[in-house]
Amino acid sequence: MSVIYILWLRELKKYLRSKPQIVASLGTPLMYLGVLGFGLGPVFRRAGEGSYLQFVAPGVIGMTVLFTAMFSGIAMLWDRQFGFLKETLVAPVPRIQIMIGRTLGGASVAVLQGTIIFAVTLIAGFRPASVLAVLLAFVLIMLIAVVFSALATAIGSTLKEMAGFQMVMNFLVMPMWFLSGALYPLQGLPTPLAVLTRIDPLTYGIDGVRGTMVGTSHFGVPLDVSILLGVGVVFVIIGAWRFSKLEV
Amino acid sequence: MRVQSPSATLSRLGDYPIIRVQHLVRTFGSLTAVNDVTFEVRKGETFAFLGPNGAGKTTTIKMLTTVLRPTSGSLELDGLNPVTDSTEVRKRIGVVFQDPSLDSELTAWENVDIHGVLYHVPRQVRQERGEVLLKLFELWDRRDDLVKTFSGGMRRRLEIARGLLHTPKVLFLDEPTLGLDPQSRNQMWSIVKNLNASEGVTVFLTTHYMDEADRVADRIAVIDHGKIVATGSAAELKQQTGTESLEAAFLKLTGTTIRDEAFSAQDQIRQVSRVWRK
Repeated sequence: MSVIYILWLRELKKYLRSKPQIVASLGTPLMYLGVLGFGLGPVFRRAGEGSYLQFVAPGVIGMTVLFTAMFSGIAMLWDRQFGFLKETLVAPVPRIQIMIGRTLGGASVAVLQGTIIFAVTLIAGFRPASVLAVLLAFVLIMLIAVVFSALATAIGSTLKEMAGFQMVMNFLVMPMWFLSGALYPLQGLPTPLAVLTRIDPLTYGIDGVRGTMVGTSHFGVPLDVSILLGVGVVFVIIGAWRFSKLEV
Repeated sequence: MRVQSPSATLSRLGDYPIIRVQHLVRTFGSLTAVNDVTFEVRKGETFAFLGPNGAGKTTTIKMLTTVLRPTSGSLELDGLNPVTDSTEVRKRIGVVFQDPSLDSELTAWENVDIHGVLYHVPRQVRQERGEVLLKLFELWDRRDDLVKTFSGGMRRRLEIARGLLHTPKVLFLDEPTLGLDPQSRNQMWSIVKNLNASEGVTVFLTTHYMDEADRVADRIAVIDHGKIVATGSAAELKQQTGTESLEAAFLKLTGTTIRDEAFSAQDQIRQVSRVWRK
C-alpha cells in the first residue's frame, strides 16, 4: 500500500508544482467553452435544443479529463527516457503496485483538472441541476479518469519514442474527443458516425456526466456507468499487462 | 579526504564470492553482446569491469541487476539467482545506472524518501540513514531543493546516496563519473571507498577512466567483444602486458580500434536528454 501511495503522491506533487502547465492546459477547454459555447449558442437555440452552454459544459469537462489522463501516458514516456521509471522498475516491489500507483496518480490529476474546468463553466454560466447531481457527476468523472489513465499506461508502456505520442494524439485522442458527442447531440446522426460514436468509450462518459448534471442523457446513466466500468476493467488489465512487459 | 589504497582493504576480503557468473551469454537477434563470460566478485571488494564501448559491460550489469534475462549461462548474487529470485536480489543491490534515474521535478529528499519506500526501509531508518548519507555526500543543505537545480556531480552523488539507503550488499556503479570534473570524481570515489571500508559493501563499477580503476579497484576484469580478455589487480594486468600504466595495458588488451556502438533510438533519446540536462 505504501508503494502505491508514494507513487500516487508523486504524481500529485508534480502536478501541483507545475503551475504554468496547469494554466496552459486550461487554454484549449476555455477556447471550446468560450468560442463554441457562445458562438454556436444562437443556432442551437433556434434549432429548439435549448442552451448550448448547458449542453457543451459537460463535454468540455469530459474533454479536460480525457486529455489530462492521456497526458499521463506522455509523462510515462518522459520518465522512461529521463530515467525515473527505471528506479521504480528495479525496486523489489511487484510491478502491479507501481502500475496502480501511477495510474491512480494520473487519474487523480485528471479529476483535479476537471474540477478546475467545472469551476470555470460555473463562472461562464453553466448551471447543474443540484449539488447532489454534481456529486454524482463526479463519480462519472472519476470513472472517465481511470479508464483513460489505464489506457494511457497501456500506450505509454508500448510506445518506445516520443514521436509515437503525436500519432496517438492525432489518431486516437482527437477522434475520441470529436466522436464523443461532446459538441453535438447524438440523435439523428448518419449511420457510420452513429456507429463510431458508440464505439468511443468517452461517449458514455460525457453522456453520463450530462445525464447526472443537467438530466439529459442519450443512453441513460446506468448504461453509461456499466459500460465505463466494463471498459475500465479491460483497460486496467491491458495496462497492467503492457506495464509488466516493460523492459528497461 | 584521501582515497584508501587497495591493499588496505585486501585483508578484509573473504574468499566468499558474492557474485558468480558462469558461461554467461546474451544475444540480441544476431548480435552476441555477452559471449561466454565467467568471473567472480569477492565479498567486500571493489571490482572494476572495464572494456571499450559496446564490449558488453552494461549488458552484463543489466543481467546481474535483474532487468535483463540471460540467453544462457548461470548467474548468482549472494547465493541467489537474479532470474528466479529477482525480488530478493533487488533488495540486496543498489544500482546507479549509466543514465540518470532521478526525478528532477522532486527534491533531493523526496527522491531519497521514495527510494526508501520502494525498498521497504522503515520510516525511522529512512530518516536517520537518509540524513547520514546526504551529509556524507554533502547534499544535506540542499535536501529541499529540486533536483533540476543540481549540477551533474551533485546528481551523481545523490544517486549513489540513494542507492545506499537500503544498505545493499552490492553497489553497482555503471560509469558513475562520466562527464564529471576531476574534483567531483575524486570526492565521489573517496566517499565510496570509505563506505566500502566501513560498511563492507561490495562495489562493482565500470568506467572509462583508467586512472580511476587503477586507484580504486581491488580487482579488474577487462571485457572485449563480449569476452573477458584479462582479470587481476591493476598491478597484475600491467605485469601481464609488460606496460607501465593501466591505460597502456588496456589498449594492449583491447586494441586501438575505435568502437562505434549501434546507435539506437534509445541512444538518441539519451543524448537529447543529456543536452536537456545541461
